[in-house]
Amino acid sequence: MDWVWSHAGDLWSLVLTHVGLSVPPIVLGFVISVPLGYWASRSAAARAVLLTLGNVLYTIPSLAFILLVPVVLGFALLDAKNVLVALTVYAIAIMVRSAADAFASVSASVRESAVAQGFSPAQRFLRVELPLAGPVLLAGVRVVSVSTVSLATIGSLAGIDSLGNLFTDGFQRDFAVEIITGIVLVLALAAVFDVVLSLVGRLLLPWSRRTGRGRVRRSAPAAASVSEQVA
Amino acid sequence: MILLLQGVAWLLDPANWADSATPGLLSQLLGQLGITLASIVVAVVVAVPLGVLIGHTGRGRLVAIVASNAARALPTLGLFSVVVIALTLDPQWLAPVIPLALLGIPPLLAGTYAGIEAVDGQVVDAARAMGMTEWQVLLRVEIPLGAPLIVGGLRAAVLQTVATATLASFYGFTTIGNSILLGPDSNQYIPMIGGSLLVTVLALAIDGLFALLQRSSAPRGVSRGARRTTNAARGRFITSPAGTPISRGN
Repeated sequence: MDWVWSHAGDLWSLVLTHVGLSVPPIVLGFVISVPLGYWASRSAAARAVLLTLGNVLYTIPSLAFILLVPVVLGFALLDAKNVLVALTVYAIAIMVRSAADAFASVSASVRESAVAQGFSPAQRFLRVELPLAGPVLLAGVRVVSVSTVSLATIGSLAGIDSLGNLFTDGFQRDFAVEIITGIVLVLALAAVFDVVLSLVGRLLLPWSRRTGRGRVRRSAPAAASVSEQVA
Repeated sequence: MILLLQGVAWLLDPANWADSATPGLLSQLLGQLGITLASIVVAVVVAVPLGVLIGHTGRGRLVAIVASNAARALPTLGLFSVVVIALTLDPQWLAPVIPLALLGIPPLLAGTYAGIEAVDGQVVDAARAMGMTEWQVLLRVEIPLGAPLIVGGLRAAVLQTVATATLASFYGFTTIGNSILLGPDSNQYIPMIGGSLLVTVLALAIDGLFALLQRSSAPRGVSRGARRTTNAARGRFITSPAGTPISRGN
């Protein structure tokens, strides 16, 4: 523990670096996946293409992905953007499926009522479909957030700073305390992100708690189970 | 893009496949597959009986869910580092097998119990009513009907393991990671690109193989069995793009 306290400053700066590495992919992944997922929920062809593509991209091993990004996009090898791009692609690969399921869970009769009431397509999307898809979208983001925080550590093998530095450095110095500190910090950071996301969810989707989980679960099983599991 | 082509050319050069002062690509590939196979065997031995038990009895589901969520957050690199330095193992190849098996267990466990649990309760009752013993119900009804999801769990576990096995070379074990890490370590970009391409192709090939296996694992006469059970299983797991429970660690 002495080591942890004497290095608190370094550890904190690594935590901040790690946050900087994992927040943009989570946010970008969400922003990009929502329209793609909506498209996939409306068109079977789009769904097949997007989900298959996501599946293929998700299968690429992360270390290889991080190192191939600079080759394909022309970044420098030691550019943090490589990790950001790779993590964003993984985030999209998971999130598009979640978003497609989320929008598919909005019942057709609700959508038709909105049309019948004279909602324009944009109003229908923003005021009916997006809020109703909210709980499943939230569940998807929470999964993305946890796996992104954990995956960002791989960047350290490619020379990109993150909490993973504690693993590589601790291994090279044969120093278990440093590695375990790193594991604890990664788990803690993932937990903090998850709490923040669930609070944001409560603020933005107050009704999903009030109407009870039963309804949410039936229309969108994944949402209820994940929020229960992680909470 | 020219670098990418040079990487392909490097991969196709037989000289790079033979061992020289350092293990060649063939040894690296075999090392990667060996570590993967050993880890998967361990994961299957642990996870499948446990998953069958949970699915059959309906008990212990919470433990399985918590375990697979925790695994999702656990950084593989950290697990690897701590196992390699904290345990002195004999034989040595056990060192990468332990963290990799730990990573493979959650998706396999999830797939197995979800597969068993997704079997229609009426079918199970009918089997009992026909006089089948519990073992017969398990072996002749529940496992065959749950097979597509069980194979799906195996697919997720194998993919994750084969991808993550790359990291073992950082700890001194021979895998395709030997070539890949030459890039960050000593600025040899061509082997890095070639190795990255090879491990990507390997993962995609294995995934394709399992996609076929998963499709053919549904018993004859069960129409769209895979799809129905997948939907049922989604009740408890966020699924990966491959349709299997997510827990990525590599």
